[in-house]
Amino acid sequence: MFAYYLELGLRSLKRNPVLTALMVLGIALGIAASMTTLTVMYLMGSDPIPWKSSKLHYVQLDNWSAEQPYYDDGRPPDQVTYRDATALMEAGKADKQAAMFKMSLPVQPENREVKPFQSLGRVTYADFFAMFEPPFAYGAAWNHDQDAAHARVIVLGKDMNEKLFGGQNSVGKSVRMDGNDYTVVGVIGDWKLRSRYYDLTNGAFDDADEFFMPYTTAIDLKHHGTGNNSCWKSSGDGWDAYLQSDCVWQQMWVELDSPARLAEYKSFLDSYVNEQKKLGRFPRPLNNRLLDVNQWMKDQKVVSRDVEVQTGLGFAFLAVCLVNTIGLLLAKFTRKAGEIGLRRALGASRRNVFAQYMIESGVVGLTGGALGLVLTGLGLVAVRLLYTEYKSVAQLDWTMVTMTIGLALVSALLAGLYPTWRACQVAPAAQLKTQ
Amino acid sequence: MLQMKHLSKVYRTHMVETHALRDFSIHVRDGEFVAVTGPSGSGKTTFLNIAGLLEEFSGGEYWLDGVDVRGMDDNARSKLRNEKIGFIFQSFNLIPDLNIFDNVDVPLRYRGYAGAERKRRIDEALTRVGLASRMKHYPSELSGGQQQRVAIARALAGSPRLLMADEPTGNLDSLMARGVMELLEDINRQGTTIIMVTHDPELAARAQRNVHVIDGQVTDFDEEPKLRVPTRDGNPAAATA
Repeated sequence: MFAYYLELGLRSLKRNPVLTALMVLGIALGIAASMTTLTVMYLMGSDPIPWKSSKLHYVQLDNWSAEQPYYDDGRPPDQVTYRDATALMEAGKADKQAAMFKMSLPVQPENREVKPFQSLGRVTYADFFAMFEPPFAYGAAWNHDQDAAHARVIVLGKDMNEKLFGGQNSVGKSVRMDGNDYTVVGVIGDWKLRSRYYDLTNGAFDDADEFFMPYTTAIDLKHHGTGNNSCWKSSGDGWDAYLQSDCVWQQMWVELDSPARLAEYKSFLDSYVNEQKKLGRFPRPLNNRLLDVNQWMKDQKVVSRDVEVQTGLGFAFLAVCLVNTIGLLLAKFTRKAGEIGLRRALGASRRNVFAQYMIESGVVGLTGGALGLVLTGLGLVAVRLLYTEYKSVAQLDWTMVTMTIGLALVSALLAGLYPTWRACQVAPAAQLKTQ
Repeated sequence: MLQMKHLSKVYRTHMVETHALRDFSIHVRDGEFVAVTGPSGSGKTTFLNIAGLLEEFSGGEYWLDGVDVRGMDDNARSKLRNEKIGFIFQSFNLIPDLNIFDNVDVPLRYRGYAGAERKRRIDEALTRVGLASRMKHYPSELSGGQQQRVAIARALAGSPRLLMADEPTGNLDSLMARGVMELLEDINRQGTTIIMVTHDPELAARAQRNVHVIDGQVTDFDEEPKLRVPTRDGNPAAATA
């Protein structure tokens, strides 16, 4: 009977093209509004590295003032000091670890046709690449020995390699930055990062890093970070005083392969801070945190309140569209009371009538869903054009495509429920006499 | 075939209680052709709707082909209606979007027959009413008489035991009406029981037995059929009301 009801549904929709178009358009617009905003919200908040997000942990140490917490709710600072980052790196207690900070350097290309430009990159350790797994187009990451040797090496991002070397394999070539030469050891390929989750303190949806440089090398060359920097007391004068200060400006990630290792590392952090307390640092009570990737994203509100409100409004619009569809379906089914009465007389049970008209509603939903998908695609193009920072998250994936069609179908079935119920209440005897 | 005992039907609103049928008893034997007559508002259509399981009754008993229909749920009533009863209406009640073939197909779909069986039955029914060549036509392309023949084919396709006709010639001119009546008589001769509601004394006279209804009650009836016709079980039909 499903095929029969489907055929009747299609026939009925073809018979009233204007009414059908209004219903389909109503659902499609509602779906597009809700799914465009939901897609952005979903991709913003989705796990960027699901296969190991529970192993990667962001380190937070509360070195803040005794008088005032970093956050009013008592959460520790979002970043760590140079002094603590290097101490944790030297201790090497995690399975993998990488301190890092954001840095900007001028680039002087060898190719005279390319003008010098300012580039934004990341200073970190060799483990960064094993932890966050960027795909390499050419070469590989530098190694621990090169970290220790303060080597003048560099890993280029895809865009910078494109700019300097036309996208060719540049491994072994030299790049001049701020008057120093660095040898390219690797080139990152197409790294599809929805958010730059490893540095949420400096803009989760900023452009991908253009280069990566060993931490030890950058510190040697006294390269300041260009990310956020917070201090609760004076950082003193000069580079060395700044490095020894309690200013927080670096991010610290560790990879811990098991819950036991997590517990061990937490214990190690507590011991470390207690030792530092003896040296007169860390005046606040112990407040160390190790949050995994998803916890850290939630803590940093990667999905902003604005986006949540927009998504809410999108769904409110869908609700309005559905109310409109309910009205149109009601009008359509009411007009068919005579046919319903006849079918009942010829042997259709209420269940048959219910199935027939729910399937007709479903056909409206699927058609609206297909059109809604196209409009959602256009909506996301508009989001990418209007909000360039969201370009990595304003994309449809298969989950969202399936969800769009599913939502349209469920919406139409919900909209069809009341009109169909009314259709089932048609008294056949009364209708047959008035035909 | 059909037996009602002391049946009543009351329509209730906030203000009024209307007794459409009261103490209504009738017994229609297998193979009969019964005409139900009476003035407008007398309750003859209410009787037909209850007999056709399109409406529920308020009190009394109703047996259809040996089945007690009291307290049946909607599914069971729909199934019984589909299997046992064919309807013919005054205004034909064909679905304008469907061609003739698909119109006749409607009750067969609810019976759950396979495609080949449905096609065989539709061919047979349309051939019987002389419209086999018009299968692909739409109702609007046929005359009133032809549309009523399609409705008869639709009623016959499921091989019902009982045919219920509500003023079947009311919307037809006399020539077409005569053709439809001859067809109904032919169907009855083949053994199908027919109950026909009509205002027309001339049509009623052609039925084997007349039942007159006034104010929801049977007031006058023929004790015996005018003609004795062989029934499916081979016994002559007799009727009391």
